Amino acid sequence: MSEPAAPAAGRAGMRKELPEHFRDYRNVWVFIELERGEVHPVSWELMGEGRKLADKLGVDLCAVVLGQKDEATRTAIRMTWAYGADICYICKDKVLADYRNEPYTSALTGLVNAYKPEILLLGATTLGRDLAGSVATTLKTGLTADATELEIDHEMSLAATRPTFGGTLLCTIHTLNFRPQMATVRPRVMAMPEPDMKRPSGRSVWYTLGVAEDDVITKVLEFVADATTNDVNLAYADIVVAGGMGLQSAANFKLVRDLAAVLGGEYGCSRPVIQKGWMPSERQIGQTGKTIRPRLYIAAGISGAIQHRVGVEGADLIIAINTDPQAKIFEFAHLGVVADALQVLPALTEAFAKRLGRETRILEEA
Amino acid sequence: MSDDLTGNPAPDSFKGLNIVVCLKQVPDSAQIRVHPVTNTIMRQGVPTIINPYDLFALEEALRLRDQYGGQVTALCMGPPMAEDALRRALSLGADKAVLITDRRFAGSDTLATSFALSTALTTIGQERPVDVVFTGKQTIDGDTAQVGPGIARRLGLNQLTYVAAIDSLDLARREIVVRRRAEGGVQVLQSKLPCLITVMEGINDLRRGSIHDMLRAARANVTVWSAEQAGVTNPMMCGLRGSPTVVKKVFAPSPRSEPAEMVTTEAKRPAQVAEAVLDLLFARNPKLEADLTARKGA
Repeated sequence: MSEPAAPAAGRAGMRKELPEHFRDYRNVWVFIELERGEVHPVSWELMGEGRKLADKLGVDLCAVVLGQKDEATRTAIRMTWAYGADICYICKDKVLADYRNEPYTSALTGLVNAYKPEILLLGATTLGRDLAGSVATTLKTGLTADATELEIDHEMSLAATRPTFGGTLLCTIHTLNFRPQMATVRPRVMAMPEPDMKRPSGRSVWYTLGVAEDDVITKVLEFVADATTNDVNLAYADIVVAGGMGLQSAANFKLVRDLAAVLGGEYGCSRPVIQKGWMPSERQIGQTGKTIRPRLYIAAGISGAIQHRVGVEGADLIIAINTDPQAKIFEFAHLGVVADALQVLPALTEAFAKRLGRETRILEEA
Repeated sequence: MSDDLTGNPAPDSFKGLNIVVCLKQVPDSAQIRVHPVTNTIMRQGVPTIINPYDLFALEEALRLRDQYGGQVTALCMGPPMAEDALRRALSLGADKAVLITDRRFAGSDTLATSFALSTALTTIGQERPVDVVFTGKQTIDGDTAQVGPGIARRLGLNQLTYVAAIDSLDLARREIVVRRRAEGGVQVLQSKLPCLITVMEGINDLRRGSIHDMLRAARANVTVWSAEQAGVTNPMMCGLRGSPTVVKKVFAPSPRSEPAEMVTTEAKRPAQVAEAVLDLLFARNPKLEADLTARKGA
């Protein structure tokens, strides 16, 4: 294992001057999450965000691709150029075929110590969080989980904003005098950039891992793919209807499902509904559930706590229905209805069915 | 028997697994309120609970102990009142409880927290090596999921996160097979003790404590360690001073600059309200209406 860079002396975060040995840390890195032949979309979302940070700092945007020697890895590397990479750090080794903490931590910390990035971003997936925690601890640097906003401040430091105190407030976190500054970001929080397939290739840097299979204690015996793909549908749905505690019972969630069905969309709920056991956890929308970016989001009986807000703010249009005119949800909705969701939801279902159905008949006649 | 294979001496008759569960006392998030003017958390009167994910970790630890023998120690870092959480863990069946509490731990970020907990784990392990460390997949107040991996890395434990099931454990071979939640599926992983396992919610059904354990918990001693007693030799690694991250600002997001357009509901039936919503929606976004219509017709 590579030795971590020595931490700065004194109170960890407060010194203004970056210690000498961290001053040559440069560039913005994005870890490209390649698992089972597929790049997780969050990696490309982070490339879009990383491009903005790199441009603001006037440095290179770099991708890190770890994987085995196969077509999927080659494709991932090609795509990093299309998504804006100036440099791609590549480690190909058969011990990296499946994700495992030990060899991936070795590869990523090894690369960081060799090439010294100032910022390192990873997706806040189960893989990204497993890896980021190990890498940050090995490097003894700061890591901000689930950032919802990344910016470069006037001191050229990474300002990572995330919900705090169970999602009741936001906080902005800095890693002032340690490098790299690390953050994870949940899928769908950042917008997906358009790939530019004509963008010329950048510079490839190859890294040799030096970990043999016998050195890796943990073995992958099997991968059991999920039967349902609810996850993907909700996060990537373009129409989402969700209910909160205002729905009052598990049975009333039929009203949410009915409206979603008429619109051809997906349905979900807020966190307290999960805690009540009214819906399965994969339907949760918000900071600790799914982040969504639909064209239309209808929130029924949801108060709009910060942990929910950060999961839906990427929606193009938000309609909120709540009996409380002071509910926080009206602070970020586009259309608001102060009314009982139990009455408005079935009325909306009927109105949409009628309007869209009528339009359908007209279309068919034409 | 495991002692012979690993070459560790067996100083006493201890058989089975030496398990430590790291748990955190958190405010009941459903009851956190923010002061409307000062934007600070109003902690007073907010009940505390054991982080719900950690309860699943404790239950899984108790099940392994019940099956293989050994002991379960609950370990917590927090203020003195966190003793309540540990007493609860004892009432659910934990054999021992250790609270590490010290003003020097205050303000710890995840790196400093994993330092303090792993130091205490090392001290606990001096009596007898720890085989498995359990913790929840994350806390409900911080939601970072970083402390578990931090402990694993510092102590060189095999790291098994997001575990949805323990398939098998072979004490003689010190081998464990778990199902780990991954994106789009489940990884079946075979690893070795000692390991750190972070568990998913729903991995088991939580038990109610027995009357026997409840009575025992009321009388039992919770071991309380200062930083020094926990084994910390360099306090610079603890608390605010040992935390590379700095919280520069805590704030509530401002309302959207353009306030929500409110649909008037006065003297209207639900059907009329719904029609009004559709009119406003499709006036804002005519393309959405066309697309929805096309989708329905398709």
